[in-house]
Order: sequence, then C-alpha cells, then structure tokens
Amino acid sequence: MNTLIRQSGLSRLFDLSRRDVITLLIFAAVVLTMPIWLAPLGAAYPGLMQKFAIYAIFAIGFNILFGLTGYLSFGHAAFLGVGSYTAVWSFKLLTMDILPAILFAIVVSGVFALVIGYFSLRRSGIYFSILTLAFAQMCYSLAYSVLTPITQGETGLLVARGDPRVLDTMLGVQAQTGGVPQPSMLGTTITGYTGFYVCAVVLILAFYVSQKIFASPFGMALRGIKSNQTRMVYTGFNTKPYMLAAFVISGMFAGLAGGLLAATDPIAGAERMRWTESGNVVLMTILGGVGTVIGPVIGAWVIKYFENIFSAINTGTLNEWFAFLPDGLQGVFVTVLSKFVGEGWHLTLGLLFVLIVVFLPGGLLEGSQRLAARFRRKKQPQRRELRQMEAGE
Amino acid sequence: MSKLVMNRRKLIRTLGIGGATALAAPSFFTRGAWAQQFCNSPEVSGKIIFGFNVPQTGSYAEEGMEQLNGYMLAVKHINGEGDGGLLNTLKPVALKGNGVLGRKVEFVTGDTQTNTDAARDGARRMIERDGAVMVTGSVTSGEAIAQQSLAQEMGVIYMSGLTHSNDTTGKDKRRYGFRHFFMAHQSGIAIAPFLAQEYGTDRRAYHLTADYTWGWTQEESIKAATEALGWETVATIRTPLGLGDYSQYLTPVLNSGADVLILNHYGHDMVNSLPQAVQFGLRDRQANGKNFEIVVPMFSELMAVGAGDAVRGIIGTSNWQWSLEDEGTKAFTKSYGEAYGAPPSQSAHTGYVQAILYADAVERAGTFYPPEVIKALEGFEFDGMGNGPTLYRAEDHQCMKEVLVVRGNENPASRFEVLDVIGKTPREEVTYDPAIFGGELGPYEPNQCA
Repeated sequence: MNTLIRQSGLSRLFDLSRRDVITLLIFAAVVLTMPIWLAPLGAAYPGLMQKFAIYAIFAIGFNILFGLTGYLSFGHAAFLGVGSYTAVWSFKLLTMDILPAILFAIVVSGVFALVIGYFSLRRSGIYFSILTLAFAQMCYSLAYSVLTPITQGETGLLVARGDPRVLDTMLGVQAQTGGVPQPSMLGTTITGYTGFYVCAVVLILAFYVSQKIFASPFGMALRGIKSNQTRMVYTGFNTKPYMLAAFVISGMFAGLAGGLLAATDPIAGAERMRWTESGNVVLMTILGGVGTVIGPVIGAWVIKYFENIFSAINTGTLNEWFAFLPDGLQGVFVTVLSKFVGEGWHLTLGLLFVLIVVFLPGGLLEGSQRLAARFRRKKQPQRRELRQMEAGE
Repeated sequence: MSKLVMNRRKLIRTLGIGGATALAAPSFFTRGAWAQQFCNSPEVSGKIIFGFNVPQTGSYAEEGMEQLNGYMLAVKHINGEGDGGLLNTLKPVALKGNGVLGRKVEFVTGDTQTNTDAARDGARRMIERDGAVMVTGSVTSGEAIAQQSLAQEMGVIYMSGLTHSNDTTGKDKRRYGFRHFFMAHQSGIAIAPFLAQEYGTDRRAYHLTADYTWGWTQEESIKAATEALGWETVATIRTPLGLGDYSQYLTPVLNSGADVLILNHYGHDMVNSLPQAVQFGLRDRQANGKNFEIVVPMFSELMAVGAGDAVRGIIGTSNWQWSLEDEGTKAFTKSYGEAYGAPPSQSAHTGYVQAILYADAVERAGTFYPPEVIKALEGFEFDGMGNGPTLYRAEDHQCMKEVLVVRGNENPASRFEVLDVIGKTPREEVTYDPAIFGGELGPYEPNQCA
C-alpha cells in the first residue's frame, strides 16, 4: 500500500498533461533534427547549433522569472558569465570532464543568484530591474578589471596544458598528446556534433523542467504574483520565498547555459556578462513570446541566426544570389539589400523587433498561432462562410 | 494511468537517444574520411577560402572596416587583379599573381562586434560551415587571443590583425597564430629616446591607463622604458573602459607634481581623454619649471582624426604610416587610394600584409598543410612591405621590424595628414628576448575539425 502511494507520487513527479507530452515530443524532434532542417538555412554547422541549444536554455530560464512573475531582470548575463568561469576553473583545477564542470556552474551561479536576488527582490518594477542591472555591471567590472587573477580580464580565461587538473592526474587520465586538452564527457571528446547533441539533450531536459514548472502549483503561485502581488499578500500568501526561488532557478538555468558554453568551447570572457548580453536575453524572450514555454526558444534561435548568418552576408554573396536578374536590376537589389545585411544586421533585427512589439505583442509565437488560426478558419467554416455570403446576397 | 505515463516517458527517452545516435552516425563517418587530411584542405574541397573576421559593428567598427578593405585588396592582388600592389615590392616573393598554388582565392567575412565571444563564433562559422583554410582579422587583443587559441584547437592558421598587447605573442602565443603588428613592449623601447630628446631625462610622469589587459601591459612597458631614462613615475591610475568624462581623473593630475601625462588609452577612450586633457589646459601649464606635456604611446590615424585638434604636437608610436617614402608604402598607398579613394590606415595595412604573407608562405611551402605553412612563415626574412627588412620570428611568431615614432601634425594640409613621422627606431633596438613574456607555442600537428 505504502509503495503504491509512493509510486504514484513519484510518477506524478514526472507526469505531464497529454498536450505537454505532445509538445515535448515535437520539440525534441525539432531540436534533434536541427542538422537537417537548418541546412537549407545555412546554419547547420556545430558551432552555431551549439549556440542555438545553449541560448535557448538561457532564454527558457529567463522566462521562468520574467514570463511567470513579470519581474524583468536586466542582469541575467552575470549568471551566464559566472557559470562559464566556474566551468573553466573546474577544467583547470579538477578535470576536463564536463559533468563536474556543469554541476559546479549550476551550483555557483545559483549561489550568486541567491545573494543578488535576496537584495534585488526587496524592490519591484523598474527598481528591481535597475538593481539587477547594477549587480550585473558590478560583476562585469569585477571580471574585466578587478579580479583578473581569477578571470584574466579582457583576454579571457583559457585552459592551458600545464594546469593542475587534480582529478585527472589522480585517475591517471593523460592529457591529449601535445595539444591543449579538450573537454570530454566520460571519455568522449565534446567537439563538433557530439557537443551539439549533448547540448540538445540538455535543452530538451531544460524544456521539460520548464514545462513542469509552468504546470505546477508553484508556477501558478508565480502567475498569481504577476497578476496581482498585493492581492496574493492579502490572501495570506508569503510571496517572498516564491520570488526568490524563481530567481534562483532562473539563475541556475543561466549558469547551466554558461557551463555548456565553456564545455563546448573552453574559454570564458567578461564580455559574456555585459549589459548588452542581458539585454539580448530580454529581446529573445519578448521576440519569441513572453510567458509561453516555447516562445523564448524561438526568440533565441532567431536572434542567434541574425547575429551569425545575416552578419556574414556581404555584397559578394548578394551578387551571387541575384545573378539571375538583369544587370541594372541586380545592382539595385544588391545596393538596397546590402544595407540590411553584413554590418547592417542590427538594423534588420531592430526593424523586426519594432514590428513584432507593435503588431504582435505576444511575439513570434502569437504570430504563428494567428496564422494557424487563419488556416483553420479557412478550412472548416468554409461552408458556413459560403452560406453567409449567399444569405447576404 | 500511471503506467501509461511511465511508458510515454520511456518512449520519449528511447526516441531521443535513438534519434541522437542515428543523427550522430553520419558525422562520425565523415570525421573518419577527414582523417587523412587536415581541416578544410583546399585539395579536397577544390576551393581556397580565407575568412576575414573583423568588427563591423561596435566601438572599433571603423578600424575593422578599414582592415576588411585591406583584406579584399589583398585577395584581388593575389588573384592577379588590379595593379598587383605589394606583390611587386615584396622580396623574396613566391606568389605569381595567379592565385595561390595556381588556384584563385575566395573569401568570407564576419562581424566580431568587438566582442571575443562573437569573434570566436564568427571564426567557428568560417571554419565549420564555410570551409576557411585560414582566418584573419582583429582590432583588439581580446579578439586576437580568443581566435588564435581557437585556431590551435581547430588546426587552422590564424593571422592576427591589429593587436598591440604583449600577451598575443607573449604568454598566450600559439603555434597557429601569427602577428605582424607591433606590440606595447616595442612601443616603450621605441618612444623612450624621442621622449628623452624632446622632454629631457628629468621628468615626472603621471599615467592614466585603460583598465584592461592591453592597458596594463602598455603601462608596464612604458613605465619601465621611461624609468630607465631617469623619469620618475608619480602615479599610475586605472580608468574604466568606455568612460565618457575623464574630468575626475584629470583634476588630480594638476596638483600631483607631475609634468608629463601619459595616456595609455586606445580608440574611443583616447578620443575622449586626450581632447579633455587639452581642454583642461594641461598643455598650457607649467610644472616644475617645464612645459606640461602629454604623451599617447599608441597612436592610430583614425583615433587622431577622432581627437581633432587635440593631437597637434602629441608624440606616440605607430606600426606604419601611409606617408612613408619607401617603395612598398608608395605602392600600397597608390593601390588602396585607387580602390577606396582615401589613404590607408595602419589597420588596413597590417591586414593586407598578413593576407599576402600567408598566401606567399603557402606558395613557398607548396602545400596548404598547416605545419608546412607554419614552418615557411617561421623565421621568414622579407622586405618591401612598408616596414623595412622584417623577420617573422620563429620563437614567438612576432614580426621584428622598425617602429615609427609619430607626432600630431601642427598644420595639417588635409584631413589625412594628421600624423608626422618624426623618427624610426631600428629593428635591432626593438628586438627583445622572447623568453621574457613566457608562454608556449604548442604542437605543429593539426587537429581535425569535426
């Protein structure tokens, strides 16, 4: 009897609604088939796909705070940076295996989030945003200039051949012959596609955790805080621990992303913590759709795509694309479009952002839902529309 | 009910793992196929692709775009288009103006956003997607060091662009990274005799230093060089990067007893700090019975233009200047001027030269196989690239060549003539022992890119 209860309790821990399971399955399929569907878009190379997976995790984590509680943190890049530094130090001091590195990254960034969250969450609204921004800038300055023995400042923290790596030497794992050792997981080197699949699996897990949080009573409480915190307090609900928990979870997600960044590319630089990076994750979330599970992921992919692919298109590539047009027309097309690609990619992204905020406040996800709804309306009620039209006539 | 749910979970897990292995499989096979070759071998792909990765947005975008112009010009000249530029003056030269090893060079570009992460992302894209056999370009030392360590991991040669920090060919040097540009330590050695000649050996210096790696290495190098002259260092103050208003740092200078202000700033920092120091009336002041002077050890044309009238009479060092009189410089200034309608900056020059030197090394080695190309570059002695006789030193991959000492033009005739070359410190004097900065180059054997 007892075991039965425990079992059902345990199974409930992993339980998801049918709808969520389907979403998760589709999501997993989409993520794992990235090398196939990204190929025509020119983005199917491991370096970028790893970034897609990692920044999606970052955005998912950010959305747990911003999407559910409505608290806009402007300093989330700090946790990403802390995670990266921790992971690289784990590579330097303990072992090149990524599992301890990522574990430490999550724990240490969680501790940072606890401290920063404890102080920042004493205020709400714009004051909270400013406080997180201030803390993040503080972390950035510390990493860039003050704590250079730990962070190596501008140059970035790199793994070197002569590092101690206590665990590796204890277990007798030899560093690779000659070159700088590379991160591995249980003996397999994490480079290229292997690195991508590791990130992809972690992303799917992170997505699942996010689904669970959204569906849980905890998530419900957070939504309650978003809609009316005062009312929550009057009903005898202590919101503080909930807020802090959301902040720490979100910081740990960022730390996980930072740890993975270091695992796939063992360098940690202070620029990862700049306020522009914190701003970027806000953009990702808003672009994709705040408060939805899948929205931030889409936003992260769109922004990373622009940053890496659009910025690489130059007039030469444009000329190739429009070579089929007559010469004069080709010139016009290339001149006009070249302002929006290459060094002009910020402009395109900015325009896209403005259009989305103005016309689709729910982000790209709302856009796709509207599109889907339109198609559905076209298919099913055709007959009724027809009848209405007839009646009208 | 609970059973069904468990099954679903299992299903997901199995699907996930199965999918991962199925998709990973082809990449393992391709990796095996590559094993005989090195990363992005043009013999396999049939294409020679250079990756030009420079900041096109962000605080150093201007210098980055100049550098990109230099690279594109180099590709034209390597492929035998245009007037051939420095291929006519480089001695010894192996390139024939018909591409590299008889095949035309193509290129891809990227935006580093003056950000090390973005620089590495861009370089990875060039190597993994575009099949670049060589990556080049940088405007900060952070970018250069980040890309150079990536290059070592990937087994693709990286030719750095503008990077002045001692670390690039010092403690962070790599076998796959090469630097043509000069460095902070050489600036210190080069500028010292001119400072002694102009301002005497009895001076008290006050340093304002941009608070990051490059700033510190320069401060350290200049401090050592000026103290060797007999100067006294009053204070070294660190200023945060990207500050707009330096008045809080300039006020203490007035009463510090110093009579020289040394600005270890670059780019926007210098464009802000120098005019503010001049507006503060520092240069009109007398201190210790001498005229107060300002020194900017690392100068560039673009910065000088940005700082406006404030640069007049200010002494600094430079890697190269378009107004030099040698054949190489004249040829490059002419080609560049015809292509872009303005004289080139040192950023464009170093980029151009790096691309040519790499191509020439491949031609001499007769293969793109990186270890052979690296050996062709190591210890390569050449002339005619605008810097006099130059050696690509094997020990640290740093070019040994003369360093220019420049002064802000008092009466510029045009907006391009902002700097005057007042002297050259010969190569022998700026040559130093590579061991003083430590670091190790690492192995020759290339890694395989996945």
